[in-house]
Amino acid sequence: MSKKKKNLINAALIFALLLIVLIFSYFLPSSSMLFVVLKKGAIYALIAVSMNLLNGFTGLFSLGQAGFMLIGAYTYAIFTIPVAARTQVYQYFDGGIIQFTVPVIVALILAGLAAAVFALLIGLPVLRLKSDYLAIATLGFAEIIRAIFQWNELGPITNGSNMLKMFPSFDSIVKDLNNVPFFANLFSTAPWIENFLITMMPILLSGICIAVIVLLINSSYGRAFKAIRDDEVAAEAMGINLARHKMMSFCTSAFFAGIGGAMLAMFQATIQASAFKSGMTYEILLIVVLGGIGSVTGSCIGSFLFIAASEWWLRGLDSGKFLGINAPGIFRNGFRLVVFSIIIMCVVLFWRKGIMGDKEFDFERMIGRFKPKKKKGEVSGNE
Amino acid sequence: MSFLSANLPYILSGISVGGQYALIAIGYTMVYGILRLINFAHGDVFMVAGLMMVYLSSWAPLYVTIPLVIILTVLLGFIIERAAYKPLRSAPRMSIMISAIGVSYLLQNISLYITGGLNKNYPSIPWISDTITIGTAVTKRVTLITPVLTIVLVIALVILIKHTKIGMAMRAVSRDFETSQLMGIKVDSVISSTFIIGSLLAAIGSMLYFTNYPGVVPNSGAMPGLKAFVAAVFGGIGSIPGAVVGAFIIGICENIIKGLDTILVTSGVIKNPLGLATFSDAFTFALLIIILIVKPTGLFGEKKTDKV
Repeated sequence: MSKKKKNLINAALIFALLLIVLIFSYFLPSSSMLFVVLKKGAIYALIAVSMNLLNGFTGLFSLGQAGFMLIGAYTYAIFTIPVAARTQVYQYFDGGIIQFTVPVIVALILAGLAAAVFALLIGLPVLRLKSDYLAIATLGFAEIIRAIFQWNELGPITNGSNMLKMFPSFDSIVKDLNNVPFFANLFSTAPWIENFLITMMPILLSGICIAVIVLLINSSYGRAFKAIRDDEVAAEAMGINLARHKMMSFCTSAFFAGIGGAMLAMFQATIQASAFKSGMTYEILLIVVLGGIGSVTGSCIGSFLFIAASEWWLRGLDSGKFLGINAPGIFRNGFRLVVFSIIIMCVVLFWRKGIMGDKEFDFERMIGRFKPKKKKGEVSGNE
Repeated sequence: MSFLSANLPYILSGISVGGQYALIAIGYTMVYGILRLINFAHGDVFMVAGLMMVYLSSWAPLYVTIPLVIILTVLLGFIIERAAYKPLRSAPRMSIMISAIGVSYLLQNISLYITGGLNKNYPSIPWISDTITIGTAVTKRVTLITPVLTIVLVIALVILIKHTKIGMAMRAVSRDFETSQLMGIKVDSVISSTFIIGSLLAAIGSMLYFTNYPGVVPNSGAMPGLKAFVAAVFGGIGSIPGAVVGAFIIGICENIIKGLDTILVTSGVIKNPLGLATFSDAFTFALLIIILIVKPTGLFGEKKTDKV
């Protein structure tokens, strides 16, 4: 199949997905769990892909993702909380010291840049370490970041260990469109469009970011990353500057993790540093493993599955009723997570490649799966 | 003298916490020495030992509970190794580490389910949780017992490793996995015994550790676990005396930072407290990053060269 045809099919697939979301938002009530899964899944997909860029494509086992997300989320929130709301949010710190706001898009980019700058600083010493030492050092870095952001002396900027809130979220941005007469008319005639826009915003944002990561992976830099992953010594012998490429991968990953963190803040509408514990990094790592280490589409599928299972499908395990079985004694709070972690252990032990292995989703191959079966039938018929 | 009396409580609890970290750190350092695996689940084994103590002590007297907890913890460590790490022995190192993270996630979630996320009060063990006064500091007797017990256990362990057959096998496996297999060492049973020793010490450590704290929650093992690992790296991974020294240093530093505000205010360096206690955890990791950059092999570690 030619490249042009392939691109066409991919574009058609993306368009079909958009159409499905559109149809769902027309028929389902806006409170449906599907939309939560779509929004949160898209955000986690971006973060998982950014982690995969490091772990799967560059072979750097880093566990600092939660720290970069924290930096991104806080940068976004600090620069977008409306000045009028600051006295209320920073009630213990006299309204904070930052008394201006920047547009949402600028704040998102700033969030990524802040994370990347921190990655550059920490990367200089840490990237010299190998495998598990790197993992534990980056994990430690995330803990340090969390401690710094909770420090009371930085309260005028970070609000200490208190919550940051009232910054523009996906909901509030779309709701604000009501001030524009055109959208106000549109929303009043077709209320489902509002929900569609709210759902589409994170999907589009992370779609763009993932596309940029894919472009990077397919470029000559990406090939250098893969060479480093496969054999560091051989890659260096081939003239690849190890330090530079590792740093580039680390900073890019941090940049997108920062944007992902900012989007998570937009999704949740409130953030608190104490939520960004190492458990969050582990969750993202498990998504990457579930989808397949070294596969971008795998990470995306994995994250939607992970979020759908944990937020939606297995909910019944917590509330007493699951698949029609009613057993409040067993299906009580926390059972969902137990089942969930057993599933994940099974994936890790028996299905190590995950959903996609290190391959990408390919429409041609999907069709190819069905074709040979037909041929076999024909052959046996002839005999 | 006033400086000492102001600092004594922090130093004392630092030594005590250090001893408890040391008992966990040995489990990390031994497993890492042999399997080259950061056993992320070790901190959670430590927490589960604490929870078992809570549940078992409610229906049995302490002289039954304490040995039972130790046996069950050892069994848990053994099962984890057999179920989650043994099938991955030939897999890349990253998979086995991910498996360890998965086990840690599983143990935490099971504990969350069983406890319902509530803080479980740790039973007070008579005699060792009695309050005593040393100089100006009021503390529990466990503070004094921990370092002594730690050192006794470590000496016993070093004797075991230096002078017994299984100890010799452990040293051989940690030096060269494949060759020792060729020499007829049953690698699987050596690895199992490593996990058994590690879990045993973690069980004892958990009894000492949780006596000082009001209760056990599902993630109360994560932080001590990570710190103990840092201690193991600090002392030089694979070296038992190194892990112990590292753990004591980290325990003492951490507690001094917890009290740094009070110390600085009383000695007149600063006027208002700065809230530096927030950094007691972060300090450990900063120390880790510094040691990894300055001396990656740790205080007592052996230097290894990478071969192509």
